[in-house]
Amino acid sequence: MNIRDKELRLHTISVLVDNESGVLARVIGLFSGRGYNISSLTVAEVDGEIRTSKITIVTRGTYQVIEQIKAQLQRLVPIHKVVDLTVDGPSVERELALIKVKGVGEKRVEALRIADIFRASVVDSSNESFVFEIIGRTQKLDAFIELMQPLGLVDISRTGIAAISRGPEAM
Amino acid sequence: MATKTLNGSQIVLRALKDQGVDVAFGLPGGVLLPFYDEIYQQNELKHILVRHEQGAMHAAEGYARANDKVGVVIVTSGPGATNTITGLVDAMMDSIPLVCITGQVPTALIGNDAFQEADTTGITRPCTKHNYLVKDVNDLARIMHEAFLVARSGRPGPVLVDIPKDIFLAEGPYVGPSKVEHKTYRPKVKGDFTDIKEAVKMMAAAKKPIFYCGGGVINSGPNASKLLTKLIKMTGYPCTLTLMGLGAFPASEKQYLGMLGMHGTYEANLAMHDCDLIINIGARFDDRVTGRLDGFSPNSKRIHVDIDPSSINKNVLVDLAIIGDAGHILEDMIKAWKSEQAIPNKKALGQWWEKIEGWRKVDSLKYKSTKKVIEPQFFLERVAALTKGKNAYFSTDVGQHQMWAAQYLPFEEPNRWLTSGGLGTMGYGLPAAMGAQVAHKDALCVCVTSEGSFMMNLQELATCVEYKLPVKVFLLYNAYLGMVRQWQEMFHGERYSASVLESHPDFVKLAEAFGMTGLMAETPDQVDDIIQQTLDIDGPVLTVAKINRTAKVFPMIPAGAAHNEIILGEKDLPDDAQNNTDAMVLT
Ligand SMILES: Cc1ncc(C[n+]2csc(CCOP(=O)(O)OP(=O)(O)O)c2C)c(N)n1
Repeated sequence: MNIRDKELRLHTISVLVDNESGVLARVIGLFSGRGYNISSLTVAEVDGEIRTSKITIVTRGTYQVIEQIKAQLQRLVPIHKVVDLTVDGPSVERELALIKVKGVGEKRVEALRIADIFRASVVDSSNESFVFEIIGRTQKLDAFIELMQPLGLVDISRTGIAAISRGPEAM
Repeated sequence: MATKTLNGSQIVLRALKDQGVDVAFGLPGGVLLPFYDEIYQQNELKHILVRHEQGAMHAAEGYARANDKVGVVIVTSGPGATNTITGLVDAMMDSIPLVCITGQVPTALIGNDAFQEADTTGITRPCTKHNYLVKDVNDLARIMHEAFLVARSGRPGPVLVDIPKDIFLAEGPYVGPSKVEHKTYRPKVKGDFTDIKEAVKMMAAAKKPIFYCGGGVINSGPNASKLLTKLIKMTGYPCTLTLMGLGAFPASEKQYLGMLGMHGTYEANLAMHDCDLIINIGARFDDRVTGRLDGFSPNSKRIHVDIDPSSINKNVLVDLAIIGDAGHILEDMIKAWKSEQAIPNKKALGQWWEKIEGWRKVDSLKYKSTKKVIEPQFFLERVAALTKGKNAYFSTDVGQHQMWAAQYLPFEEPNRWLTSGGLGTMGYGLPAAMGAQVAHKDALCVCVTSEGSFMMNLQELATCVEYKLPVKVFLLYNAYLGMVRQWQEMFHGERYSASVLESHPDFVKLAEAFGMTGLMAETPDQVDDIIQQTLDIDGPVLTVAKINRTAKVFPMIPAGAAHNEIILGEKDLPDDAQNNTDAMVLT
């Protein structure tokens, strides 16, 4: 990776923070205040005992900007660790979506069949609707959503990306 | 042994004492009454009652900068807290260690739009290095100690602790500073020695090197400036300093080229442009220093020493970065310079100096004087001459006078120069000088200002009088927002939009109304006498010098220009300067 590289790339950054009040506002404020982009952001407590949370941020920028973002994040006081999963070795990324499709007859059957192919499960159904749950990489979710569009898609809820490095090491 | 419980107010006072704090700047209010009651009943913490919370902030900054200590501010909730914002951002930009204690409405009322409630931690989150809302008195002592640790270590900065009224009253345990270790915060202090050796190799191999040093050296403590001076003398290389770095290397040394940047000297800027190696110690390639980035020092390699990793490659890409405290790294650089037996290329260095001396001969700070009107440069040269050897502290406000002060006052030591560099805050000067005077009771503390800025915090004259702080204010009077006027003259077709100050108080009478002395110089022949009188009077003095109203600050690199496009004076102005639309941002 070259610092002079001007190409914009997506990076998935994992941030381990103290789960104290205002910490998420600090992270988000840094992005908005310095004009960085956020494509996806997820956050949840990962250790209730020592009260740490993990924030996963997908952001787009040149190499120089991504390096800035990591350094700026590292500067925040309640931050334990910042890891760039996109460059620091292989990682897995998953996202969950709940997708509501409304329809009857042939369209309804078609929606079910596609859901089956995508291994989406039905978590709610009524006479004229389904709610599908689908887990996978962002691209898979995007593809599924696109196929549902003509079949009566009415509502989507996505979690954003959670990611972790492969192999035995902890962050 | 059971820990003794104290009430919240006592915990804060005890923590301040254990952190070595003996003075705080503040102004009380409703939610702080329990705390101020406790302050009243003790005499370990001296409280300086300011007249505006912004004054408290800049006073604490001046105190911190002149004293190499953490400045402490105490203000009330709501408007008290919001009045600190400018000071917090100022301290953030210039890396000044402060702890700002704000009162908050009682915990039970937070979020209810209570009287004088403001979301202080919310508002100040981007204005502080870190902030806390204390919700439990059991955390209070720890948070206080953490606040000081965070404020003073790493890249220093302001930390705010918001304390609700009921927490001041609640009883809780006290723990000392040694019991507090931060969970996550571990700034890196030592630099990587392999990198330091590499840096020394690059330095020895350079043919046209230059040291470019900034406020980080000052923040590292007075010893860092000594080490810097030693290293620079060992190498024989030239050195330029940023506005925030003045005093880090003695101005009287031959190797000193003066300040660089927008109003830096010809030799400093041309040397930066022409060099083949920049050795940046504790400076951050600010846009006022670099000028247009794609024209900045086109043929140089760069070494960047900084305690803040986010400063690296932020504006200017570097070849070697060393993260750590300037003092530690300079010590290791000196070691490495010796152990690697680094020898500079004598012949190349000689040629480099020859070139630099050629630029120096241009004498870019020369100006024309007449017998009729006081030139600001002349006035400041006389201030410098008449305060020589007095080890004075100088603060400034923001504008032309600030740049002239930076150009014409020579600083031999760190911590003597107090100015708002990053934020450029008009109104900084008087309170900052006051803070320095609180830190150094018997020292000469001078504020160089001009009426636009001075009017923004002049209420602090009352504080100076009340606490017998003999601050000397030199007000360079031009009846303009001078720096704005300069840009309008040079880049906006001489249309003086909102930069003429039509009405002004009689400053001599104003000083007298505050119970201090006011003096006035109108012609050059009065200057020495007035300055001397100002220095001789026992107590604060406001001295006005009526200067050439249209004097301009030169040299000048217009915004959006490169170092070698420097303008030396009136005659040097490019014809199309007025169409330069980049030149919109002011100091
Ligand atoms: C609080 C604040 N408001 C506005 C500015 C923009 N500004 C920069 S210099 C300047 C003029 C300063 O005038 P004065 O204090 O009289 O100093 P002079 O330039 O005349 O020496 C102004 C308005 C600023 N730096 N700070």
